[in-house]
Amino acid sequence: MSTTLTPVLTANWDRPDSFTIDAYGPYEAARKALGMDPDAVIQAVKDSGLRGRGGAGFPTGMKWGFIPQGDGKPHYLVVNADESEPGTCKDIPLMMANPHALVEGVIITSFAIRANHAFIYVRGEVLHVIRRLHAAVREAYEKGYLGKDIFGTGYDLELVVHAGAGAYICGEETALLDSLEGYRGQPRLKPPFPAVAGLYASPTVVNNVESIASVPSIIANGADWFASMGTEKSKGFGIFSLSGHVTRPGQYEAPLGITLRELLDMAGGIRAGHRLKFWTPGGSSTPIFTDEHLDVPLDFESVGAKGSMLGTRALQIFDETTCVVRTVLRWTEFYAHESCGKCTPCREGTYWLKQVLKRLEAGQGTEEDLATITDIADNILGRSFCALGDGATSPIHSSVKHFREEYLQHFEVGGCPFDPKKSTLWGDQ
Amino acid sequence: MSYSPEVRERLERDAKEIIGRYPRSRSALLPLLHLVQSEDGYVSDDGHEFCAEMLGLSKAEVVGVSTFYTMYKRRPAGEYHVGVCINALCAVMGGDQIWEELSEHVGVSHDETTPDGKISLERLECNAACDFAPVMMVNWEFFDNQTPESAKQLVDDLRAGKEVAPTRGPRRLCTFKEASRVLAGLPDDLAHEGPSAAGPSLEGLKVAKANGWKAPEA
Repeated sequence: MSTTLTPVLTANWDRPDSFTIDAYGPYEAARKALGMDPDAVIQAVKDSGLRGRGGAGFPTGMKWGFIPQGDGKPHYLVVNADESEPGTCKDIPLMMANPHALVEGVIITSFAIRANHAFIYVRGEVLHVIRRLHAAVREAYEKGYLGKDIFGTGYDLELVVHAGAGAYICGEETALLDSLEGYRGQPRLKPPFPAVAGLYASPTVVNNVESIASVPSIIANGADWFASMGTEKSKGFGIFSLSGHVTRPGQYEAPLGITLRELLDMAGGIRAGHRLKFWTPGGSSTPIFTDEHLDVPLDFESVGAKGSMLGTRALQIFDETTCVVRTVLRWTEFYAHESCGKCTPCREGTYWLKQVLKRLEAGQGTEEDLATITDIADNILGRSFCALGDGATSPIHSSVKHFREEYLQHFEVGGCPFDPKKSTLWGDQ
Repeated sequence: MSYSPEVRERLERDAKEIIGRYPRSRSALLPLLHLVQSEDGYVSDDGHEFCAEMLGLSKAEVVGVSTFYTMYKRRPAGEYHVGVCINALCAVMGGDQIWEELSEHVGVSHDETTPDGKISLERLECNAACDFAPVMMVNWEFFDNQTPESAKQLVDDLRAGKEVAPTRGPRRLCTFKEASRVLAGLPDDLAHEGPSAAGPSLEGLKVAKANGWKAPEA
């Protein structure tokens, strides 16, 4: 096997007290960073090649560099911990087991962008994770790592844990900012980008949990160390989340560029007696792949070149017992439920997609319906206000492309040809 | 009806503490809605009024926000709010069957509460625990790798007043109101209970350790 796992953020998860500051350690990376010039911290993250781990893959250091300096306005760091993309399940266990990596990353990042106030916007539906975050922040305050005059450097930082209230759209960075300001979470027109006019119209960096939690290791070990992992343009490590019909689903931290074949080998393969049918490389908003794509390197460029996106490395694995039409219907119901209603293509488009897919799944559709859903998806993609609408079209387009015959089969037999019991966790018992 | 002077005083004290954390007061609206939910078990008319007064907003502005977010309930939730993930992956892995059998067993449907006020049910979208599918949540604590039988047993135990522990969470399950208080930003002292990580969260690390794989030396 060519690629091996590289536990960094997950390395301490098997310690029963990993979430405490005593187990985590004395924030050496933050101490080092606060002794550096803030611009040198930004440069180190630029040099590391770290790209956003929340799905879009924008270079993190470059994002920080967009914050205007000497503008006299307060600056803010907002951590996007609203992990809600179907299939994505890495930030939640990370914050549960290792919240101090995030808090330390927040200190370093805030110092670099000259922010004195930071927020962790965490989805509300994960109570114990929220407790762990509050406890970690409290411990950091007690040690003097947050608050006034951190490490005696004169640098001040306040950090607030803010729970959301159930809205997938708040994972979109500008909707998140509206929500954090106490409004409905609806996306804003860009530009201006948050770096110029973000929280309270002030310069703001919004970064994913895993991106920020990776920063302490870059400062501690150096940009070259980070860049020695991964591929030329997708550097470093990331958490790959395997779920579904896998022998041992779970979190596998590996260099970017590892393949699904390699990951499946480590995870014991597809569940016994079954074979891979389709999978998402990075959550439900990334076009599905099939067994043709087992050897695609899971980095931003290679996955993109094959017509999908690396996204959040949320590998949802489905075997041959799964009906693709049913699966796409359920994702589509999700997008319709979560559409914020601001723009017409997404609000109306996802609604109608759901209606037509229901008919197709029940075997009451026609071949013309396939043209209809493709047409609706074409009219959402690129015309909706934010990426949620675009994401809703990925399962439609990719499933029609790879599994057209299966759609047709539904109305040939007048119903779903699959037995849903066979795909369950207890289906083989 | 409005809050009694004692309740009002307590809520105001909590609200002021929360508002004080934010550069601008309106940012405290979502936490305050969780706070009033911790009092009433839903966002009541009084709760809306209270948030509006505390933040200098109109009640219409507050209602406009609260109705956008699914975690704010418009009718009293059960003491135990039980969610079943029916997003694609959990549905395929058995969430659909769990939902069908559980809602029939409990006798209420989505967003409904049993007459005794004990249990409410919700069809959940993805709760970020896909490697533990099929997933259920009770008062927003994780109940991993469920089956129709375990789901029904769980609800029966809750109704019988038995102590129930989440898979990854504290030793004892809080009530919906207690959970809402944590969400408001007023945490209890249970963070140290429960595992750091469990089951699938540790699979990759186990493989790495078994093979002696590590990140490169600095």
